[in-house]
Amino acid sequence: MRHLSIQELHQDYNNGVTTPSQVVEGYLGSIRKSHHNAYISVLEKRVREQAIRADLELKKTGKVPSDRLPLFGVPMAYKDLLTVKGERTTAASKMLENYIPPYTATCIARLEEAGALGLGKVNLDEFAMGGSNENSAFGPVDHPTHAGFTPGGSSGGSATAVGADLCHASLGSDTGGSIRLPAHFCGIVGFKPSYGRISRHGVIAFASSLDQVGPMTKSVYDAALLTEVMAGEDIKDSAMIAGQSPKFTQDLFKQGIDLRGVRVGVPKEYWGDGLDPDMSRVLRERLKQIKEAGATLVEVSLPHTKYSVSVYYLVAVSEASSNLSRMDGMRFGVRPAQADMASSLEEQYQISRSLFGSEVKRRILLGTFALSSGYYDAYYKRACQVRRLIAQDFDSVFTKCDVLVGAISATPAFKRTEKEQDPLKLYLNDILTIPANLAGLPALSLPVGTIRSEKLPIGLHVIAPRERDESLLQFAQSLETLFQNASQLGRK
Amino acid sequence: MDVHSDYQPVMGLEIHTQLATNSKIFCSCPARPSGSMTVAEVGANEYCCEVCAGHPGTLPVLNEQVVELAIRAGLALNCKINLDSVFSRKNYFYPDLPKGYQISQFDKPICSDGYVDITTSTGTKRIRVERIHVEEDAGKNLHFGEFSLVNLNRAGVPLIEIVSRPDIRSPEEASAYMKAVYDLVTAVKVCDGNLQEGNFRCDANVSVMKKGSDTYGTRAEIKNVNSFRFVEQAVTYEIERQIGVIESGGKVVLETRQYDSAKGVTVSLRSKEEAHDYRFFPEPDLLPLHLTEAQIERIKASLPELPHARKIRYESELGLSSYDASVLMENAQWVELFEGALKLAGQNGKSYAKTFTNFITGEISRIEKELGVSIAATALKTHHLVEVAEMLDQKLISASVAKQLVPEVCASGSSFKALAESKGLIQVNDQAALDKAIEQVLKQCPEQVLEFRAGKEKLLGFLVGQAMKAMQGKANPAMLQELLKSRLKQQ
Repeated sequence: MRHLSIQELHQDYNNGVTTPSQVVEGYLGSIRKSHHNAYISVLEKRVREQAIRADLELKKTGKVPSDRLPLFGVPMAYKDLLTVKGERTTAASKMLENYIPPYTATCIARLEEAGALGLGKVNLDEFAMGGSNENSAFGPVDHPTHAGFTPGGSSGGSATAVGADLCHASLGSDTGGSIRLPAHFCGIVGFKPSYGRISRHGVIAFASSLDQVGPMTKSVYDAALLTEVMAGEDIKDSAMIAGQSPKFTQDLFKQGIDLRGVRVGVPKEYWGDGLDPDMSRVLRERLKQIKEAGATLVEVSLPHTKYSVSVYYLVAVSEASSNLSRMDGMRFGVRPAQADMASSLEEQYQISRSLFGSEVKRRILLGTFALSSGYYDAYYKRACQVRRLIAQDFDSVFTKCDVLVGAISATPAFKRTEKEQDPLKLYLNDILTIPANLAGLPALSLPVGTIRSEKLPIGLHVIAPRERDESLLQFAQSLETLFQNASQLGRK
Repeated sequence: MDVHSDYQPVMGLEIHTQLATNSKIFCSCPARPSGSMTVAEVGANEYCCEVCAGHPGTLPVLNEQVVELAIRAGLALNCKINLDSVFSRKNYFYPDLPKGYQISQFDKPICSDGYVDITTSTGTKRIRVERIHVEEDAGKNLHFGEFSLVNLNRAGVPLIEIVSRPDIRSPEEASAYMKAVYDLVTAVKVCDGNLQEGNFRCDANVSVMKKGSDTYGTRAEIKNVNSFRFVEQAVTYEIERQIGVIESGGKVVLETRQYDSAKGVTVSLRSKEEAHDYRFFPEPDLLPLHLTEAQIERIKASLPELPHARKIRYESELGLSSYDASVLMENAQWVELFEGALKLAGQNGKSYAKTFTNFITGEISRIEKELGVSIAATALKTHHLVEVAEMLDQKLISASVAKQLVPEVCASGSSFKALAESKGLIQVNDQAALDKAIEQVLKQCPEQVLEFRAGKEKLLGFLVGQAMKAMQGKANPAMLQELLKSRLKQQ
């Protein structure tokens, strides 16, 4: 009894096939039995209460009040970087293992006001720093369908929870690819909206100018619906896109699979020699289908892509070094007993801050260095200048095409600890996802099939101009339908 | 030889001014207690929410009133208002700083390049203002021997920092500059101006150099001085200390010092070598601040008259002496009372201005001291001031009667006229009545009259006194004296 979309779930509610409580109990049972380590905290009591209230609502009218509550009875998982009032929020760090926020993130509040049910808080790389979910103080997360493989990161728990049917949909956050990479590895839809589309209030900050919350779902429609509910100005976040947010679901089915007139950009940097050959072959087949459906393929180039990793690892670590300062064992962060015995304030800070994991420490040190007097101009300031060039690359290609398609990363999911332990090589894994964050663009990973005999899922990267989230979703949905119709999607 | 005359002190002040906003700079917590409550009376961490406590995941949202007040301050201090300014993070660790960084402005402040004219015993001088930037205040550490606690009520209270150029050359100028800035920011209602509550405090950068030199000496920074007197004392001490160090062959070191007002000395807090690298970078959670010319013009139009312009008006239009105008303007409530009376008196306002001023700086000042409260807290209002000026003008009462009635007016709010009438203190200006009293005195004191006429003119006072006594003190004194004098000369 698993539903591919919110519409299917609502149909079952309407037909009396199931109730919110039954669905929630089903998921709670699966979570208990699962060995994926997807969840850090299961909000059993809270979600049961929410489900009972939904049961009563449904009993009263006999019908899902989908106009008022578009997410009625949809059980969700939240990346444990997002705050829920009164519920432990850890960011997968020892530092925050006891942190109970006094407020709820705007994105979660809006989902739940629209009827969503919060099953729990899911695992991630500590403070969202990592790409394989191995940097969690709560242990690594397993791939939903391929035991021993990484689900990707940093929203690894969010991806596995959806892929392994431990929730209907989840929230992730994407600073340099943290939604799209795990979606690609796990064969689900992962959408990073434009920067400023969804409030960051209640998102424990990693890199403030890059962080963006987004949905991880089984369908583009669900991603659009969740985004529609969460998007729009919030008085508590002043760096948002101004004005009314579009109704993302409205135009979704208009276009069908007719792609005539759509100019699809194919950036050569996203289709290079470094791609896994099996993956590359499937992606090229999809490209051919897109063309056959009437789209015009346009070869384009984003020449500054090669600098994106350097730029990202200066901007992101600089902001992170500042954002994580508050975790000092004084106001926030665990203060170990021996810190109270310290002979000076400095030493007290040292003892408390040793609780950060090694990747987090590495990034704080790098960021502190990059912002230091005497180095600021050469590193942080220069990085911001090149960041503008990367954004200009996109501005110029979007005069020639409407959307871009390419790979999310060079490989499909890999076995845990199989990858290089050299962080520099791991960082290079992000080269195709980072540019969209640096330029603030909406980008999505669409599952397009599996490769090799082991049937590893892969995703297609779709990127649209800034603030054109609705065009991106519409295009992605056309592709979803197109590929489904061609019955080449191995996930049904 | 006095070594001091060989040295030239050079100073600049950084003045921190708390903005008089209702809520904090980045959240909706109260920025200050309302009504008569003092800061000390507010419970610890009562004015605190997830934003000003810096909870993970929270974001700053700029209070528009802060921008408005910062612009007002900039206009009052003759600054250029920058249409584009940027907030930056100043990173350092301290328990009273919940986020681990202070949101401030660094390379692009909201105001720059202003000036303030000051007057000292040596004349008028222009002190340049380098910049004014907006920032948030930190919390307060409270130490209890074994342990310390943090009170975040002050965290996120909006401040502006007003940074002068090193144009100040004497302790007197330092004090005059601090006072001039204080007068300006309170006149435009940017700051409450409560010095005890730390609303207005300064850091003084002090150095000395040999006269004739064009290279500044190494400076020391004296932190958190909160009175005009203390700043003068602190920099005086510091100048002497630095000269002493140099004269004894030592070197002044770059350091932060604190003024101990009880001992009248500055003591070293920390050397600048231990200073933080603040790692400033643009605050990614706040967009750059864009202002429009229209917005600035609107604020400009709403500014009250500034002290400098007001003083010129008092002198040239109302004919007050420079001294009287200065004394009157020392007290904002006096100015308010004075302006109210001017307005209420209408056409007569201008001719009463001198009377208003004398009454305020004389009688009202005295009663305030006696009662220990400001005039605004008493029942004496603007209309009383106009009334008493009218009565004095029409010679219905004497100045001494007016003085006598002030305490009762302050207490009850009844009119001067009603009180004077009920006590029979209305002045007699009727010549016939005065003549009658004079004739009576001539009869009663024939010897003194003879002596006066023989040339002992001193006795006039005695005779006037006798006549006044005969009138129960109600006679118009000038008229009485005039009449008596001419009567005595008639033989």
